[in-house]
Amino acid sequence: MTEINLDKSSVRDLNVELQGGSSGDKFSVNNTVGKHALSVGLTTAVNVEINGHVGYYCAGMNQQANIVINGNAGPGLAENMMSGEVRITGNASQYAAATAHGGLLVIEGDSSSRCGISMKGVNIVVGGSIGHMSAFMAQSGCLVVCGDAGDALGDSIYEAKIYVRGNVKSLGTDCIEKEMRDEHKAELKELLMQSKMNHGVEEFRRYGSARKLYNFDIDQVDDY
Amino acid sequence: MSKDNPTLIESATFPRHVIAEIQRAAKTGIYDIRGFGAKRDIPTFDDLVFLGASTSRYPLEGYREKCTTEVILGNRFAKNPIHLKTPITIAGMSFGSLSAQAKESLGRGATIAGTSTTTGDGGMTPEERGHSKTLVYQYLPSRYGMNPDDLRKADAIEIVLGQGAKPGGGGMLLGQKISPRVAQMRNLPEGIDQRSACRHPDWTGPDDLEIKIQELREITNWEKPIYVKVGATRVFYDVTLAVKAGADVVVVDGMQGGTAATQDVFIEHVGIPTLPAVRMAVEALQEMDMHRKVQLIVSGGIRSGADVAKALALGADAVSIGTAALIALGDQSPEFDDEYKAIGSAAGFWDDYQAGNDPAGITTQDPELAKRLDPILGGRRLANYINVLTLELQTLARACGKSHVHNLEPEDMVALTMEAAAMAGVPLAGTDWIPGKGGI
Repeated sequence: MTEINLDKSSVRDLNVELQGGSSGDKFSVNNTVGKHALSVGLTTAVNVEINGHVGYYCAGMNQQANIVINGNAGPGLAENMMSGEVRITGNASQYAAATAHGGLLVIEGDSSSRCGISMKGVNIVVGGSIGHMSAFMAQSGCLVVCGDAGDALGDSIYEAKIYVRGNVKSLGTDCIEKEMRDEHKAELKELLMQSKMNHGVEEFRRYGSARKLYNFDIDQVDDY
Repeated sequence: MSKDNPTLIESATFPRHVIAEIQRAAKTGIYDIRGFGAKRDIPTFDDLVFLGASTSRYPLEGYREKCTTEVILGNRFAKNPIHLKTPITIAGMSFGSLSAQAKESLGRGATIAGTSTTTGDGGMTPEERGHSKTLVYQYLPSRYGMNPDDLRKADAIEIVLGQGAKPGGGGMLLGQKISPRVAQMRNLPEGIDQRSACRHPDWTGPDDLEIKIQELREITNWEKPIYVKVGATRVFYDVTLAVKAGADVVVVDGMQGGTAATQDVFIEHVGIPTLPAVRMAVEALQEMDMHRKVQLIVSGGIRSGADVAKALALGADAVSIGTAALIALGDQSPEFDDEYKAIGSAAGFWDDYQAGNDPAGITTQDPELAKRLDPILGGRRLANYINVLTLELQTLARACGKSHVHNLEPEDMVALTMEAAAMAGVPLAGTDWIPGKGGI
């Protein structure tokens, strides 16, 4: 285990060290005090434990790495993640996993507005609740919410799937509740298991695209 | 007034094209979406002229005395700034809006001419990377095809906040251009209309942008120059904020800048012309003492070496061409006039880039049409065109006695109209008068 103390090392030093790590290497990062762009652009299956709160874009564009944050995160946690796993024990601010293409993001606490905006294949599991406009223009991947969802969930959603256990304040344009078929139950069960969330799949409801806005139609203009 | 019947007087308020648009709107119920750039008559670089050297200044000998054109972009923070042989670069245009062959042609042409080309929405294709010696990778709101591997393969990163054709607007790639390959690169189903977001999904405002730039630099080891591109509107403030956020290069795109698909009302009525935009950007850089430290690239309606020379004389470090580059490849060619006419247009008027049925095979994903453009020949034409612009630029610079094109300055020019004098901040010809700045 290599320890990096951000009281002594700069963010540049930290990222150089983590980006240069080999698969299986273990790092612990301390004294984060909300610094931005921590542990970004990793490309190998290193294990990083971050102790403390982090600022914007922590774990941005992650590939392969397994990153655990023991604290809360600012905006854009794991933005554009490609693969690997990012887990946060606290809450995440806006735009968590924005545009992320792959991998798994687990938020044990709550996630603020626009969680999973434009997601492109990532799986996101939120232990708590999510804010408004989450999964806006979500393209693919799954967003699992064990708590409640805020206003306009899944507005203008494409092919992403949303599973919510609690209440949905309102659905966004073109987002509808959909049947929970066996393949969805299996997918959800697997995600709950991977993220270590102890809920039954039957407690969840599924939401997705009505696909009415896929091609511009003047008669649908009031929906926009 | 009709030439056949002098008693028929056309209305200035309702000329035929306005009437036709009202009729079209009434028939279809939808606004006009098209490509190309603004078509209205606005003040341009044509309204400026150079004061060649004579008694008080001496010129340089054409073809004999050196007039260099090299430009370095992005040496503020980046470890590996861009070195170009000519200050004429190729603007961002997407694979999706353009065929793979057209993108390859742009890469080939730029490489022969010693300049850079730029990706667009939808990500980087191997053809484009492979054929482009210097490739700028656009970081756009949609993040279609965005991934850190391609980011690291790029020579520079351009964060796009806006575009001259539509500052404040996103894009729309209509379903007919969403081929299986385009769909796969953008993680979306085939054949659906793809909306490109108008603002970035993970930040709002200049303070966030500063952190975003830090993140991109951390991911790419502080090697790549970071450009910030804005559509020309509140140019002074936008340039100031981009520099404050840490940009190495600022790109300002005037309202004449082209687009692949935008509402006509947006193209014609939002944004300001390139002419005042250059001056405002330079003023912002000078006020921060960052002129020539953060480089300025100007685009939007650049067509000739004269346009390039005038943009540089106002203080730009380089220019970008988009529409003109497509014309050099073969867009609007009379060779396809019959086919343009068959789809209700004509060579020289074609603007339905969104339709995907481009007879020249450039703004299309139809494999049969796309085959019409030979990327080697297209690249050669583009290189020829850039070389001509560079020669014209040098001709004008030598005439003003400049041994480097960056030595051109506002003092070398006067304006032919009061509007241009006010916008460019150079005197009206024959006077010392710059409107808004006093003088005789």
